Amino acid sequence: MHRELNLVQALNETLDMLLTDDDKVLLLGQDIGKNGGVFRVTENLYHKFGDERVVDTPLSEAGIVGCGIGLALNGLKPIVEIEFFGFIYPALEQILSHLARLRMRTQGKYEVPLIIRAPYGAGVRAPELHSESIEALLFQSPGLKVVIPSNPYDAKGLLTAASEGSDPVIFLEPMRVYRSMRQPVPQHRYTVPLGKANVMKEGKDITVIAWGAMIGNVVKAAEQLEKTQGISLEIVDLRTLYPFDIETIQESVSKTHRAVIVHEAPLTGGVGAELAAVIQERMFGDLKSPVKRITGFDVPVPQFSIEDYYLPSQDRIVHEIEQMLVSLTR
Amino acid sequence: MEQQRLFQILELDGTLRDDSMVINEKLAIEMYKLLVLNRVFDRKLVNMQRKGQIGTYAPFEGQEASQVGSALALSKQDWMFPTYRDHAAMLTFGYEMVKIIWYWMGRIEGCIPPDNRNIMPPYVPIATQIPQAAGAAWASKYKNETACSIAYFGDGATSEGDFHEGLNMASVFKAPVVFFCQNNGYAISVPLSRQTSSETIAQKAIAYNMENVRVDGNDVFAVYVATKNALEAARSGKGPTLIEAVTYRYGAHTTADDPSRYRSIEESESWRPRDPILRLEAYLFKQGMLDKDIQTRIVGEAERLVNDGIKFALTISKPDPTIMFQNVLANKPWNIQEQESNFNSFIERYHHQ
Ligand SMILES: Cc1ncc(C[n+]2csc(CCOP(=O)(O)OP(=O)(O)O)c2C)c(N)n1
Repeated sequence: MHRELNLVQALNETLDMLLTDDDKVLLLGQDIGKNGGVFRVTENLYHKFGDERVVDTPLSEAGIVGCGIGLALNGLKPIVEIEFFGFIYPALEQILSHLARLRMRTQGKYEVPLIIRAPYGAGVRAPELHSESIEALLFQSPGLKVVIPSNPYDAKGLLTAASEGSDPVIFLEPMRVYRSMRQPVPQHRYTVPLGKANVMKEGKDITVIAWGAMIGNVVKAAEQLEKTQGISLEIVDLRTLYPFDIETIQESVSKTHRAVIVHEAPLTGGVGAELAAVIQERMFGDLKSPVKRITGFDVPVPQFSIEDYYLPSQDRIVHEIEQMLVSLTR
Repeated sequence: MEQQRLFQILELDGTLRDDSMVINEKLAIEMYKLLVLNRVFDRKLVNMQRKGQIGTYAPFEGQEASQVGSALALSKQDWMFPTYRDHAAMLTFGYEMVKIIWYWMGRIEGCIPPDNRNIMPPYVPIATQIPQAAGAAWASKYKNETACSIAYFGDGATSEGDFHEGLNMASVFKAPVVFFCQNNGYAISVPLSRQTSSETIAQKAIAYNMENVRVDGNDVFAVYVATKNALEAARSGKGPTLIEAVTYRYGAHTTADDPSRYRSIEESESWRPRDPILRLEAYLFKQGMLDKDIQTRIVGEAERLVNDGIKFALTISKPDPTIMFQNVLANKPWNIQEQESNFNSFIERYHHQ
């Protein structure tokens, strides 16, 4: 039986399953215990598994991640939560200098299977500095896997796969999707492999690559463009940003000959820049137009009263794709 | 270890612990007006959130004496580094009420410091203001100016590296700064006992060879005196002080929080008899500085001020989204110029405004 779950419920069920199946798994974070997490992703787990396995920590990101590394080095499987992605900075030293490098520095003698979960992104009317999309920071730090589910089904499968692997994984949860959609999610354990993109919708004219909360906007934009312009978009949900699925991208772009990348992080130095570069390096001859990026602007994520203008909306995606096609026919 | 004594001036019933500690009548009445004003303000903002007029809001009811008492001790050239919960401190020191409301309406206008006071916009990432306040104070000392800095933060902040780095640097460089911790018992759901094994927060200063006081944060006189002393010491070259103001947040962490998940109503109600306003009221009545009529007038005046502030705040025009492209750098680089101009043609086409 597949019940319909939202993203929060799917994640909660997955964490519950991981804690049940392996007593080496433990959760660490701020307000994740008694309070069940500020988004309730860890609801009830404290009551079910006790405070040795679902641990409310002091307000200390470097401490949480640093201890997480130590716990993992010494045989446990910690899954830590950073309350909001924009509050991860105090832990960056731990993540960039150590988490991402310990396998290399010990030449495989030690591995650090630490999972860091964090809600991210704008569009939920959150206070200042709660809406960051800084995935590019971690994307450019070799030694980490960076995963972003766009829906409840993938979230369960990806988090389970992350937990079965031996690499550190940064697992980013789009806040805007937490409660905005429901989907059938199998009750049993399953995985969605890391490093594998998902062609969500087939199309013939343009490949659109996106992830997280942007997928919803891209799907709506695709419907509109199909109806009003007869343009057919193929939508690739990247799911794992690092290492990304070059095969699926190539397969798709070699069919459509056009690529657009949509992300909510700023344009300059974003993950889209890397994707665009790789596509043109490998497929220059296949392309009928320059690779296009539709992204947040090169500004700090603005206050919530205007955050919707910052995000690539359905309208802006439609507008920019139309402009792209117009400039080609001129 | 013996727990540090709590510095108090006002007993719960409004008598003075120490007669030498009288606060003059004018100041006592001013304190009362500010406590009342801020309580009215806080409750009305919680209400505005419920009505959808502002976004998530962080209430401070219960902490008024800590914030008002400490901010009143400042001199006008001092620097204030507040958090998202320190509206009473900001209002007391001269931040405009409308701007606090705009801040919670998600408007950048709410972050702009006033012209005649050095008040930073609220700090959201925990503890980050602490080393900055040390730096600003250090600059005052370097320039031979008398200004001090005050950094506000909660008990949770003391678990961050920035707290320890800021205190250490301030102490090494004898920066004229006051570190003002409101120990309100919780960091969201996490109680102090899970935050630290130290018996007090004040004692953390000992490791940095820093002056420290543990003050009853619901006793506005004691908070005022403790802060005044710390500022005087700072100004006379004796370096920083850590003040732990022991208080309590009656309400939720923010309007998005449900405190019943982590503490009982009995616990929060048990703090009501220690209420900062009741205590000062008792004193003022005893001294004959306040009667029912004056009290009614003061409450009425507070209501009027806050209502006017809210009314004015709500008249702000719709936000111009292109404000996001301004002030990123002193000069707008080509990429932002181009993005702004593309954005404008997009907006024109979709008539979004
Ligand atoms: C670096 C960082 N981590 C986490 C958060 C999320 N957060 C917001 S307020 C808060 C609790 C702060 O507690 P405390 O310092 O005691 O101040 P209070 O809110 O009680 O005034 C947390 C964890 C944050 N804002 N910044």
